[in-house]
Amino acid sequence: MSKKRKEAKREKQPRHVILKRRQPNRSRVGDFFVYFFLLLMAVAMVFPLVYAIESALKPLDELFRFPPSIFAQNPTLDNFSDLFVTMGKSWVTFSRYIFNTVFITVVGTFGHLIVASMGAFVLAKYEFPGGQTFFKLVTVALMFSGYVTSIPNYLIINSLGWIDTYWAIIIPAFAMPTGLFLMKQFMEGLPTSLIEAAKIDGANEWRVFSGIVMPNVKPAWLTLIIFAVQNLWNNKAATFIYSEEKKTLVYALQQIQSGGIARTGQSAAVQVIVMAVPICIFILSESQILETMASSGLKD
Amino acid sequence: MKEYLQKYVTLRKHNFRVAVKKAKRAKMCYAFLAPYAILFTLFYILPVCSSIFFSFTYYNILESPRFIGLQNYISLILQDDIFLKGVKNTFMIAVITGPLGYIMSFLFAWLINELPRWIRTIAVVVFYAPSIAGNVFVIFSVFFRGDAYGYVNALLIEMGLIDAPILFLTNPAYMLPICMLVILWMSLGMGFLSFVAGLQGVDRSQYEAGCIDGVKNRWQELWFITLPNMKPMLMFGAVMAITQSFGVCDVTMALCGYPSTDYAARTVVTHLFDYGFSRFEMGYASAIATMLFLVMILCNKAIQSLLRRVGT
Repeated sequence: MSKKRKEAKREKQPRHVILKRRQPNRSRVGDFFVYFFLLLMAVAMVFPLVYAIESALKPLDELFRFPPSIFAQNPTLDNFSDLFVTMGKSWVTFSRYIFNTVFITVVGTFGHLIVASMGAFVLAKYEFPGGQTFFKLVTVALMFSGYVTSIPNYLIINSLGWIDTYWAIIIPAFAMPTGLFLMKQFMEGLPTSLIEAAKIDGANEWRVFSGIVMPNVKPAWLTLIIFAVQNLWNNKAATFIYSEEKKTLVYALQQIQSGGIARTGQSAAVQVIVMAVPICIFILSESQILETMASSGLKD
Repeated sequence: MKEYLQKYVTLRKHNFRVAVKKAKRAKMCYAFLAPYAILFTLFYILPVCSSIFFSFTYYNILESPRFIGLQNYISLILQDDIFLKGVKNTFMIAVITGPLGYIMSFLFAWLINELPRWIRTIAVVVFYAPSIAGNVFVIFSVFFRGDAYGYVNALLIEMGLIDAPILFLTNPAYMLPICMLVILWMSLGMGFLSFVAGLQGVDRSQYEAGCIDGVKNRWQELWFITLPNMKPMLMFGAVMAITQSFGVCDVTMALCGYPSTDYAARTVVTHLFDYGFSRFEMGYASAIATMLFLVMILCNKAIQSLLRRVGT
């Protein structure tokens, strides 16, 4: 009896071992080294960011202390209020720079979202002559950076008369290829039966798009938004915009930074403002973005 | 031969007619695509074409373009020493930071994949944040400042490794490595997110099946199971990495200045800006842009055919 039980136990064991450990094919020592390495890298990656934030919180005497401390001992928000006070009295107020950037970002992102998802919808869900070719062109456009087209873009925008207006940055942003690409890949995962059902119920194409498809691809939306915001928010636009009152926040940041030692605290504060927005949006929508990126693959 | 040709022509005609018919029925598709298509043509396709066109001309915006044949390319390659320096720097940066950044993205995505969910969420933010933080990389110019108060210099002096501060950002010997370091710091971008997401989509049961079939350690598992499953994401990540590493200019311009000492941190894109927006020699700048475009596309195609072999 006991012998039989032992044999049965032995038979069971290999399966048992596999199922007991969460991950097969892993050694404890390897895990330890891997995670130790990962932790070190994470600290290295995050250090400059933490340092930037902390220096914005340091009062003036701590900013110039040597050797420096990483964390502020008496954290204050003086730098931020300084920023608004000194810049508030300058010819172009600081809030104007913020308004410029916010305006460009919001309008550009919104337009990009609508234009790109309309295109992506038909590319993903309908077959029509030229559709595949067009999508191939978009994937080719992913393969070169915007610098390649900066010169002709300047000429085109110039002939449209958009130099020194917000449109010079906003309108080209509508056509960013990454947005369309990600949206199309994600929409392909949407069941076609959903669209057909809506059509049988009498919805026209626009209703299908706005009422059925768009609410179902919310993760892709957020992804589009984060990439567009990141792109537009950090856009210096130095080649298109000349007038001081239309310059963006990043541009102002550069001017403050070139203001030298006297502006150290304030430039640290602007830096934090500039980097906080994209990172916060990313943190808030991370899981949805990852859901979209799961379908981002480039098939042959 | 003639018959064949005739048959071919009729077939083509027929196909064309079918396509037109289909297109007529798909009017609404075109209506939906039109806004994007127009903007895309205006800001992506047209610029590439006109950039190729202008590269054969002398054009300074004020006068109308004058056709000069291959002169731009000839003087770029044979006479422009600074351009060659820029090519060399861009190439160095691309060859080192491109693959390294790509491997780093994958490695980190792969390693954090097995962590519990909440740690993974934090880890993704930590690794991804530098690439969306805008120009926070300027903070590196504080770390690498050339006087004894630059933190790296101070540290090295303290440790007794050097006795005089190194001019990190003005000495040509140090500029490129520092730029590369900063670029690597920022290189975990969209490709990284794609990898993280793709890894979570790999079917768990495949790992168990692999374990029973004799996969012994994590590296075999990586090569035989994970990588083949990830091929589309690997392609996407590669496209992102290549595009980024050939387009380097922000970091070098912000850290080393524009122009940098002895042009030691000049890249192709910086050269493009110099000729395009400082000297307004649009034809010459277009020639640079066209070459950059071709290199990027060719490199992408080459890497893609290479990646197709992964895991086989």
